[in-house]
Amino acid sequence: MGALLRRYRSVVPYLLLAPGIAWLFVFYLYPAIQMFITSFWSGSLEQGYTFSLSNWTNYTTALSRYQDQFIRSIFFAGGATILTFLISFPLAYTIAFRGGRYKNLLLFLVVAPFFTSFLLRVISWGTILGDDGLLLGPLKSAGLVGEDVRILATPIAVISGIAYNFLPFMTLPIYVSLEKIDRRLLEAGQDLYATPVSTFRKITLPLALPGMFAGTLLTFIPAMGDYVNAELLGQTPNTKMIGNVIQSRFLAVNDYPTAAALSFILMAGILVAVAVYARILGTEELMNATI
Amino acid sequence: MTTLTLDAPRLRTPGTPAQRTRRWLSQNGLYVYTIAAIVYLMLPIAVMIAYSFNRPLGKTNFSWREFSFDAWLHPFAPLGLEDAVAASLRIAFISTLVATILGTLIALGLTRYRFRGQSGTNLFIFLPMATPEIVLGASLLTLFVSLGWARNETTILIAHIMFNISYVVVTVRARISGFDRRLEEAAMDLGATEMVTFWKVTFPLILPGIMAAALLAFSLSIDDFVITNFTAGQTVTLPMYIYGAYRVGVPVQVNVIGTIIFGTAVGAVLLSTLLQRRDRAR
Repeated sequence: MGALLRRYRSVVPYLLLAPGIAWLFVFYLYPAIQMFITSFWSGSLEQGYTFSLSNWTNYTTALSRYQDQFIRSIFFAGGATILTFLISFPLAYTIAFRGGRYKNLLLFLVVAPFFTSFLLRVISWGTILGDDGLLLGPLKSAGLVGEDVRILATPIAVISGIAYNFLPFMTLPIYVSLEKIDRRLLEAGQDLYATPVSTFRKITLPLALPGMFAGTLLTFIPAMGDYVNAELLGQTPNTKMIGNVIQSRFLAVNDYPTAAALSFILMAGILVAVAVYARILGTEELMNATI
Repeated sequence: MTTLTLDAPRLRTPGTPAQRTRRWLSQNGLYVYTIAAIVYLMLPIAVMIAYSFNRPLGKTNFSWREFSFDAWLHPFAPLGLEDAVAASLRIAFISTLVATILGTLIALGLTRYRFRGQSGTNLFIFLPMATPEIVLGASLLTLFVSLGWARNETTILIAHIMFNISYVVVTVRARISGFDRRLEEAAMDLGATEMVTFWKVTFPLILPGIMAAALLAFSLSIDDFVITNFTAGQTVTLPMYIYGAYRVGVPVQVNVIGTIIFGTAVGAVLLSTLLQRRDRAR
């Protein structure tokens, strides 16, 4: 066996890769191609579908019909990404530079939400934001806000829900890139009479950039495609995101061509964003910062 | 404290009292901010656990009424919940097993060999993680529809294995790349064959990485809602059950099961940390 391995050394990596990569080809790549084909279908589930390139109009119809939801998704996902960044950066900074012996405990607390079910997290968040919940209940009984004030069923509920659920995706990459910074660089800056602010601006921030890029991407991508927060916390038509449309077009009304076109637009947009990021950072750097 | 810092090379001028107060605030402000952020992160978990001891008035478990052990004593009282948990566990076990094997093989191939198409493979592994879940689910749905496959537990399994492979590769690869190749060379110099070296030296060293990857895959699978929703057909997993119950009122028992899953995961992490510490101490 060993001799055999040595003899065919050059094929060994391909043998190791083959089963897993084949699985991804058949159940990741091929479905994506199938979805592209589906987006050029016309017809219905009952009468059967026909493929024609002239059905590119599926894209224009889908875009003009659901542009509101697309724009809303960008705003909600963007808002949530900014919110997670504002919470994450100081948090990651404290853990990396001031964590001391509590570093591991703090990191554990950051990922702890992932140990509960995503849906239960969203539902708990709904309980907190509810009309008489932990947040509004005391404020209302203290008379600080009016009885009819609602957070649930508003964009704020959706954005804060998304921000809550994807927070660790932002915190961890930023933490990793801050942690990797050679402390001697910071000392050198101080020795050369840089103020703490300029040390932070000229050394810490640029070196944390890959983590910030990766965190933004890791938060923005799932946020763009999310529909659970909008469904459970938004509840109203004017908080629906593009994910809600794709979900209901696919699963409620079986309008596969429109849904496929919408999914493809979403995926293409995101792949372009990833490609731009990969160009700036390099794939290896991006993947390292991601993990 | 002050006498100690007098000898320190980076002695800062103390400044005026106003400056000192500001510095004190800016340092402690960071801690206050961190504590607030941690509270924010923990709050929904605390709510989930607390509300597992609630006895709600109607069907919705949204407002606190009174303390009760009812749900803990009868965790599977709601119709269909037990089946949903069983389906989720089955899917999580099988998909973790398959994805861990496939992913570990890829990680070994990618880290221990140089070959044509390596960077392309790296990128390809990365893509499923960069694709929104809804697109993964939707594209699998179009595949199953076009093939005329009925959606059931098998199609869920296919989907879960697919999205887990990349996470396993990435986790195991991180472990292998921090690995001292000289240990293997030492084994070979001492006359061990390639196979013996792999099983006696390499495998035990990367095993913690494989275990971490399997844990990650398991938790991703048992928690997945979006992709499962597209590939499930009539099969109900735990997240599907919770989502379906949301409109009519999520039973308290769901919080009980959520708390048990949370406790198990926390316990597993604590245990592995303790074991690692013991290893290091030896």
